[in-house]
Amino acid sequence: MTDQAVSESTAPESMPLRVRLALYELDGVTLLVLPAVLFVAVLFVYPFIYGFLLSFHPKAGDWLANYRKFFSDPFLYDTIAATLWLAVPATLINVLISIPIALRVRLMRRRRILTTILVIPITLGTVLIAEGLLNYLGPQGWFNRSLMLFGFGGPVRLVHNYTGVMLSLILSGFPFAFLLTLSYITGIDPSLEHAAATLGAKPRARFGHILMPLLAQGLAINLCLSFVQTFSVFPSAVLLGAPAGATRVISIAAYQAAYEQYDSSMASAIAMIMGFCQLIVVALILSARSFFYRGAVGAGKG
Amino acid sequence: MSAQKSASERLWAIVIWALVIFFIVNVVAMIAAVVVNSFGTRWFAAWLPAAFTTRWYVSAWQEFQLHDVLIVTFEVVGAVVLLSGLLGVPAAYALARRNFPGKQFVILLFLLPMLIPPITFGIPLATVLYQSHLGGNMSGVILANLVPTVPFVVLVMIPFIEQIDPRVEAAARVFGAGTVQLFFRILIPLLAPGILAALLLVLVRTIAMFELTFFTAGPGSQTLVVALYYAVYAAGVRAGQSIDAMAVVYMLTTLVWLLIALRFVDPTQIVTRAKREAAH
Repeated sequence: MTDQAVSESTAPESMPLRVRLALYELDGVTLLVLPAVLFVAVLFVYPFIYGFLLSFHPKAGDWLANYRKFFSDPFLYDTIAATLWLAVPATLINVLISIPIALRVRLMRRRRILTTILVIPITLGTVLIAEGLLNYLGPQGWFNRSLMLFGFGGPVRLVHNYTGVMLSLILSGFPFAFLLTLSYITGIDPSLEHAAATLGAKPRARFGHILMPLLAQGLAINLCLSFVQTFSVFPSAVLLGAPAGATRVISIAAYQAAYEQYDSSMASAIAMIMGFCQLIVVALILSARSFFYRGAVGAGKG
Repeated sequence: MSAQKSASERLWAIVIWALVIFFIVNVVAMIAAVVVNSFGTRWFAAWLPAAFTTRWYVSAWQEFQLHDVLIVTFEVVGAVVLLSGLLGVPAAYALARRNFPGKQFVILLFLLPMLIPPITFGIPLATVLYQSHLGGNMSGVILANLVPTVPFVVLVMIPFIEQIDPRVEAAARVFGAGTVQLFFRILIPLLAPGILAALLLVLVRTIAMFELTFFTAGPGSQTLVVALYYAVYAAGVRAGQSIDAMAVVYMLTTLVWLLIALRFVDPTQIVTRAKREAAH
């Protein structure tokens, strides 16, 4: 439609402006989009640009002082490694385990009960999961008591360390990854698999040659969204982890710069570094996807 | 698909279901632990507390000023729901009905605040809000929470509006309906289920939105989830049961709305409806 409008744009100059604009489908109805666009521009785009520029106006030193400080102080630059060390395994576990489970669940008749239960941890959010796990995984919690009951040895330390944060990332991240995978898998036409089965393809071959190529697009997006979420872990890293040690993630460094040192320039610099790290990983995942599979992706739900 | 299932296939199925059940058992146990603790008198080195009581709810209500916190929460959530509907629905209508130049760019503009996590854009946003003296009070909290919810309403509503035949509107015009009449007597009734679903999801998301509220709230503008964070952060200052009583209040306020929302939408939509747009 847009192409058509553009080709007609050679209309004579004598036409009233209203008519010429209408050829581009710009009229009163189109204007309805403006309030929302202005809102996002003022409260999302502008703060981002402002933060980017602010990060080059440090409290002291030249324009790159914030970034130089970040990459020369191990207390600061180690947060990237600490965050990756949590985010990468959590993302891989959540997304990869979601595939076989979604493949099984799509055959289920009453899927809705399961999906409803899984929506609950997403809805409750990380703060409540942190408080719940502090009870549940604590040295006297039900989990450790069960371990001892079944003879797996003494209480295991599961909170206030790396494990606690990892478990909370799985608890909140797995349902998200699963529901996303499920929606992609149910979008694949089952007759494609039936055809392959009729031609004698074993389940493994059907998975490798039919499902995986169709799922590649969805999986790449799932990996990106799951990674971006786990990379910005904050409440559970503070409450369930060791915020001064193993789980001092990059969002804690940004928070401390903003609300403990009141250095909004440094905080913006750390936020920009965080965004840049997420961008790099997303770009890596998307380029790996095109390396892994090239071809029509339209057959999936997409 | 094949008539006979081999032993390994059956084993694989058992492993998968065991994983699912293990996960659900842990989620349920985690929530149950919070609920049981909030009603327990003393819980030490045992499977269950020594006795049960409801006094932690009374003490939580007083200690954490839950009355004030709940009022702030509902004021923030109400304003966010209303404003994101007012801003989002007309924008979705324009995007569903018109193919203007730059439409793809506008959709990308709405996708970004939903795809970029709140922590990343929250700090620059809070800086700007504090500089314009909007940070630390209710208006700042509402504005910050609107950043992901307005695009959410837009992206959820576009397919809803697209499925309404434009000829219905044209027919109303032919019979002499003005724009206002068209809006209130044709569009609103037809779009009501979609608007209701979108706004209920906004409601649930806003009650649980921690990061943006945390960055912009001052002492008098904390919502329930931020108050809960501070209580858990300062654990040891108050009794654990009292914190858990607050956690139960938080869970109830969230889950009641979630249950209502689930009557109108499929759970997978909560995650995927808008995200699926990203696949294009």
